[in-house]
Amino acid sequence: MTSVTEARRSAPRAPGPGTAPGRALGHGPWFLVLPALIPILVLSVGPLLYGILLAFTDAQSGRTGPTRWIGTLNFQDLLHDTLFWESFRIGLVWAVGVTVPQFLLALGLALLLHQDLKLRWLARALAIVPWAMPEVVVGIMWRIVYNPDAGLLNETLRDLGLGGGRDWLSGLATALPAVIVVGVWAGMPQTTVALLAGLQNTPRELHEAAAVDGAGAWRRFRTVTWPAIRPVALAITALNLIWNFNSFALVYVLTNGGPGGRTRLPMLFAYEEAFRYGQFGYAAAMGCVMVAAISIALAVFLAGRLRGGDRA
Amino acid sequence: MRTSTSARVGQYAALLAYLAFLAFPFLWLVSTAFKPPAELAALHPTWIPRDPTLDNFRQAFDEQPLLRAALNSLLAALAAAVVSVVIATPMAYVMARHRTALARAATGWVVVSQAFPFVLLIIPLFLVLKNLRLIDSVPGLVLVYVVWALPFALWMLTGYVRAVPAELEEAAAVDGAGRLRTLVSVTAPLLAPGIVATALFAFITAWNEFFFALVLLKTPEKQTLPVILTHFIGAEGVADLGPLAAAAFLATLPSLVVFAIIQRRITGGMLAGAVKS
Repeated sequence: MTSVTEARRSAPRAPGPGTAPGRALGHGPWFLVLPALIPILVLSVGPLLYGILLAFTDAQSGRTGPTRWIGTLNFQDLLHDTLFWESFRIGLVWAVGVTVPQFLLALGLALLLHQDLKLRWLARALAIVPWAMPEVVVGIMWRIVYNPDAGLLNETLRDLGLGGGRDWLSGLATALPAVIVVGVWAGMPQTTVALLAGLQNTPRELHEAAAVDGAGAWRRFRTVTWPAIRPVALAITALNLIWNFNSFALVYVLTNGGPGGRTRLPMLFAYEEAFRYGQFGYAAAMGCVMVAAISIALAVFLAGRLRGGDRA
Repeated sequence: MRTSTSARVGQYAALLAYLAFLAFPFLWLVSTAFKPPAELAALHPTWIPRDPTLDNFRQAFDEQPLLRAALNSLLAALAAAVVSVVIATPMAYVMARHRTALARAATGWVVVSQAFPFVLLIIPLFLVLKNLRLIDSVPGLVLVYVVWALPFALWMLTGYVRAVPAELEEAAAVDGAGRLRTLVSVTAPLLAPGIVATALFAFITAWNEFFFALVLLKTPEKQTLPVILTHFIGAEGVADLGPLAAAAFLATLPSLVVFAIIQRRITGGMLAGAVKS
């Protein structure tokens, strides 16, 4: 309830920009906020805290006895669970392997779309398609592309005389790279759109002035374009890293973690632990470890961002 | 600024490569959906089916309860879109107009909620919904979708509210309009396009969603389209490509149509939300 009183106190007292109508507000905000606040507390904040608590219990699905506190036993078990750490490693390879090419390709596309090219409208329209498609359909579609017999990829390779092709998604060596390509394809639109919007905020005069001064394309990019889009680029990359590390549906449909666990992302691992084997407590502990990993990665990333900001 | 001819050629080559990478998988899906089995088994499949057929679509409807699933998806997505926007709009208004501790906490939640793996959320939700007897039911799924769509809805709507000048509301207040009157007859009409765009986006997100539906819905008659689509893929990972492609193609159409309508507003809204946070 402290936030309630605090909000009441500060609402009329903060005459910042955009708060002018607040004076006559009275109890307005509470009436406006509650319809969203209650579901957030009951179905998001509450369950998250509950989930963290579950990690310290032996909760299981369909268990008749009472659930007991077991302290950090789940985490100790997790520490020695080599399968989980292998999955965790795959998750990191996947998240970085998707995010980096995604960013570079999206940056290239955004720079192209920012130019005055013909066919730009078509590229803009097409760039959106992967964004609108259900993830499950993206997975199904690429299964068909990768299909050893009727697939587009092997057919193209055969046409180019590059061998008879292979079964990409079941090969131990090719499965993870093949899945990463799909991840890049699926996530490119959001990144492109964000970067393109950043580019459109770049002052054009600066660009022209730099060109008049004889700066080459690369120098113009480094000194004019990049500083302008840097905040957007950092924000979207941070989000992509998180989203990719937590992704599930694509790989579930493409390989379901196979072959031999080579593409078993941490989310797939935790899902199986919770809903195939019913180990709720243990799976919740995995979730906690994933949150911790993401938080640390974000902290490092943001610290780097602030330092970089000082230099600029 | 002049760009040299060779640079232009390079740019077009790059653009064409992007177009191919983005479009070919989808075109291949469409092509596969219209191919008869004999052509799918052929050693050299073609882009354009030599003998196009609708058999795959017929077979897809025979094999899986696609209509039922589409209806479930439609209900869940519509309900989630309407409810999330109805409850998010007033809150977004407060977040945009009042710099209270609550507004800051809500913004924090929007950001933090992106970082949590669904698995940490779904286990407790599964237990809670089970106690409420809402497991394996579309209303239970809608509850989850509403909360899941809220962060993005709040983000977008806050941006749209900020775009409405506070001076307009002040002017109405000076003219003697009450608080509610101002909201209803001044702010709401200006917000309407943004609200519609946000609702449609929430609709697509729910229509496309897979993970929560997979965990929460067990009975085939209650499952949504994405979950039913995965049933086309057998336990051994072997799938009948034709019907699979046909069903996947149909499931995508609503998302594509809705997205085409709102695309511009969504990109605008994403940034509007980002400008001042």
